[in-house]
Amino acid sequence: MGAAHGHRLHYHGHSPVHRWPAHLKVLGLLGFMVVVVATPKEWFAAFGVYLVVLGAVVALSRVPPTYLLKRLVIEVPFLLFALLLPFVAQGPQIEVLGLTVSEHGLLAAWGLLAKGTLGVLASLTLAATTEPHDLLAGLERLRLPAQLVEIMAFMIRYLDVVTDEMQRMKVARTSRGFSARNPTHWPVVARSAGALFIRSYERGERVHLAMLSRGYDGRMPRQGHR
Amino acid sequence: MSVPVLDVRGLAFAYPDGHQALYGVDLRVEQGERVALLGPNGAGKTTLVLHLNGILTPGRGEVTVSGLPVSGEHLREIRRRVGIVFQDPDDQLFMGTVRADVGFGPVNLGLAGAELDRRVMHALDLVGMADYADRPPHHLSFGQRRRVAVATVLAMEPEILVLDEPSSNLDPASRRELADIVRSLDVTVLMVTHDLPYALELCPRSLILHDGSVVADGATYDVLTDDALMRANRLELPFGFDPRTIGTP
Repeated sequence: MGAAHGHRLHYHGHSPVHRWPAHLKVLGLLGFMVVVVATPKEWFAAFGVYLVVLGAVVALSRVPPTYLLKRLVIEVPFLLFALLLPFVAQGPQIEVLGLTVSEHGLLAAWGLLAKGTLGVLASLTLAATTEPHDLLAGLERLRLPAQLVEIMAFMIRYLDVVTDEMQRMKVARTSRGFSARNPTHWPVVARSAGALFIRSYERGERVHLAMLSRGYDGRMPRQGHR
Repeated sequence: MSVPVLDVRGLAFAYPDGHQALYGVDLRVEQGERVALLGPNGAGKTTLVLHLNGILTPGRGEVTVSGLPVSGEHLREIRRRVGIVFQDPDDQLFMGTVRADVGFGPVNLGLAGAELDRRVMHALDLVGMADYADRPPHHLSFGQRRRVAVATVLAMEPEILVLDEPSSNLDPASRRELADIVRSLDVTVLMVTHDLPYALELCPRSLILHDGSVVADGATYDVLTDDALMRANRLELPFGFDPRTIGTP
């Protein structure tokens, strides 16, 4: 409560990276990603260079590396899939640490791991150093269609409201003896999700009414309005 | 008499599913009055409110605001004149900063630059939230969000302020602060509420809406002390509260 900077992915700071204009950061991230994805996976040294560049930006932003690393766990399900590849892929087999694995699979897994991790890390750095509000203003400066920017703005605004609502529903469920471990209770989760959807939909209607009441005519004021 | 700020005549409305919510509502609110609209849940209060700025269109009857009929060609001006503060501030505050949110209405009215800034800061000053102009609204406390929601409407310089359940979910201090703000405003107020002590404190006059029609209209003190009327309309004073011990304000 009361913090001026509250998004969970955002790390408050005043470093040069925090101050760079948001639209340049977005373009930078986009460029970086294109280069990373386009690099052949056999160029091992190149990925080292990318990591060093990214590391330098992180160091400059003074966001603690542990802060970013903790948030990297979002990548885990994706990595599990990558780990499977060496065992299921076809082609010549090689032996690594006493296990026989597919050479193609191993290389593909490395590619996924390296590119995925760099991508997630770079995106997290952008999120950590840019307020959601500035990010939207940046996208607007990049001439992203206004409707898309508005949809994103509403998403950011109501994400916390809907998450809170979901949390309250979860507490209410648990208070009445619900257990997520019990498969016979699972249909309840589906019904809760449905209820949450309806509630969000109705909230959307109420927000629209409130907007109309203040003279909304289909065009939003610019996000950057101060 | 002068032209009333709000004049509702024979307003009837049925929802598309056939549910008749209003059966011929008549009410007048004069310039500078503060009027409470009381009534049990499901009496049609919210439906009535949504007619005041043309969100809903009457099935029969008409609504005029300072002489201007609520109808298609005047909607923009009507929505400037009638400022509705909805019950859940999260429905009303959707921009990235308090300033942008308070500016939303005025921008829609075509204001910009210095005049826009003046309106926004003035409205925030009126509710004591000027220091929070650059905060994101969802990081404020509930009471602060309610006050900002009031400012979003005040920034449009309305002729009548319509408050839907202004005291709901507020802690006693926030409730009192909001009362102080409402009293300090030089604007006509229509307040929809279940909070009867609040109605007595703020509004000299009260209306009771029940089953889609106005069944009582008089001094708040008289309405709240008419036991038969109160019982007939499912209205109850909170435990320990008796207007008679306070006396006529």
